[in-house]
Amino acid sequence: MTNDMINIVVEVMPHFEGYVYPNEATQQPLWGVLIVLYPYITGLVAWAFIMASLVRVFNVKALEPVYRLSLLTAFAFLLCAPLPLLFHLGHPERCFEVMMTPHLTSPMAIFGFVYAWYLMAVLLLELWFDYRRDFVTWSESTPGFKGLLYRLFTVGVTDVSAPAVQLDHKIGHILSVVGIPSAFLLHGYVGFIFGSVKANPWWGNVLMPIIFIMSAMVSGIALCVFNYMVLTWIRRKTVDMKCLDVMGMYLFYALVVDTAIEALDWIHRIYSAEEGFRVIQYMAREKLFYTLSLGQVACGTLVPLILLGLLQLARRRVPELARRRMYFVGASLILMGVLAMRWNVVIGGQLFSKSLRGVMGYKMEFAGLEGWFMGAVLLCLPFVVLTVMVKLFLAEHDQK
Amino acid sequence: MKNHLSRRSVIGRLSAAVAGVLAVPVAKAAKAVTQKVLVTTDAPKDYDPIKHKWVMAIDANRCIGCGFCAEACKKENHVPEGPYFRTWVERYIITKPKPGSGAARGETLVDCPNGGITGYPEAPVPKEEIQHSFFVPKLCNLCQHSPCVQVCPVGATFDAPDGAVLIDPKYCIGCGFCIQACPYGCRFLSPVTKTAEKCTLCYHRITRGLKPACVEVCPTQARIFGDLTNAKPEDPILQFYQNNLVTALKPHLGTEPRLFYAGIDKEVR
Repeated sequence: MTNDMINIVVEVMPHFEGYVYPNEATQQPLWGVLIVLYPYITGLVAWAFIMASLVRVFNVKALEPVYRLSLLTAFAFLLCAPLPLLFHLGHPERCFEVMMTPHLTSPMAIFGFVYAWYLMAVLLLELWFDYRRDFVTWSESTPGFKGLLYRLFTVGVTDVSAPAVQLDHKIGHILSVVGIPSAFLLHGYVGFIFGSVKANPWWGNVLMPIIFIMSAMVSGIALCVFNYMVLTWIRRKTVDMKCLDVMGMYLFYALVVDTAIEALDWIHRIYSAEEGFRVIQYMAREKLFYTLSLGQVACGTLVPLILLGLLQLARRRVPELARRRMYFVGASLILMGVLAMRWNVVIGGQLFSKSLRGVMGYKMEFAGLEGWFMGAVLLCLPFVVLTVMVKLFLAEHDQK
Repeated sequence: MKNHLSRRSVIGRLSAAVAGVLAVPVAKAAKAVTQKVLVTTDAPKDYDPIKHKWVMAIDANRCIGCGFCAEACKKENHVPEGPYFRTWVERYIITKPKPGSGAARGETLVDCPNGGITGYPEAPVPKEEIQHSFFVPKLCNLCQHSPCVQVCPVGATFDAPDGAVLIDPKYCIGCGFCIQACPYGCRFLSPVTKTAEKCTLCYHRITRGLKPACVEVCPTQARIFGDLTNAKPEDPILQFYQNNLVTALKPHLGTEPRLFYAGIDKEVR
């Protein structure tokens, strides 16, 4: 009786076409929206940090107004980055095994170490050295709970003599230099998690880490543009157009490189047309039309390319207000496009059978761990954390 | 001239080579002992995994698609109801080419309703249009270079010294990476235990001198099981290798499956 029931369920399930292995015939893909968010948030971290490094290491003075905001953005997003991973585990209570008894041939096992390195050794230290003098000043001038917090953050180090501050700067500079390859490592490795799966022709690709790094670069810069514009709007300040133009320039060139590499990936796939190509082609045409062709390519890449490209060509002829709007729209579209790209990689890679004979459907639920609601909450959480940090650590007078 | 060999260097090199050769079995034994002490398996305490090399082979020419193997596996291993299978039987139907199409073959149609346990519906094409039709039992391919073992972040899934690829359920964190990495779709995340599960060759049975459940119930001996370390020449598994040209699934992935098939078509993957 039970078997009959299952037989009916398996056969009636409307969302399979062709043949899929019996273990693949589940209602939901194994890795859902949580795993879409994880590489997205990690990518934002890596390149928000590099935006800050541009000021510190490469001495791009124009970006100074967003220096601290970029650092705080990276920190807020890094704090939230492992949450989606943790929630999706079958046994989250065993998560520390990944660090206690890592299996070193696994790309996922390295995550714990790369993450800890980046959080503890790079970002946290850099923030502390950068803010140390301010903590001392603020702890003296701020009363109440907030003052107590600042005093706690000084960790008892209250020396703000000129040599001490100079040492802070020096260490901060070294940490920034170390942080740049670390950011590449953090996100390149995320790409490798997918790129190393040779069983899946959509993922198993040597370009995958590079594609992830490049798209992270684009989304990270776009997030800094977005956050900077929203923050100045909330604080009723004027946007520093020079800073915005420089960010827009970096965004445009990063987008050009990203588009070129992703195009190269597709050209290679189409030209070599390997075993899994037919099913990949079907996926791109049918199953992922909205997220790939519309979301990622048209809205997430081409429109921002045109908008930002126009601004590069004819910046002086476009009035400030229009320029601001174009940057804002471009950055928002890029943020959405990169999210679509993560969706296409993670969900797209699970919508066809490894028998290469069939495809599965996926309808996202609203409630539940892998639903819309949870996804939205986890996506908003870093912004909430960032708001608190901005309140605490980014005084209005800091922002020009 | 630094080229000539001194006695000391020769003796040194020789002893290094001997030490290297000796170190291999010692390391293997140490690995086996560690696994035995630390890892949860269904084997009895006196079972020594170094003394066996279990393997399975499939003679697809013999398979009649009765699905007893898949059903026995579900019952024996308490596999959850629904789309969760440690073994299953696929039906392949290759049609004749359309007259005048210039093709050697027509379409390949594959199905496997409920793992083959409850039989198959009538063929979707008339009998006279079928060129070939056959059944292919599927299970863990017992890869020598198992991608599932390679990617497990905590080492919960491992190659046992006796050839089985096992999962320690008390250690698995349920991340699903091994399921993504298995090219053959042989793993699933159990909705009951929230850990990955797969064919263990019925480890609780084979370590007690029994055959895996699927082999036990197969009415046509399409599944052949044996211990390569202790096999005698007349052992069915050695006879199988002797009498058949064999193939493995998805050989281009370099997983080097130890599960060999006889009598399957190029369309099987």
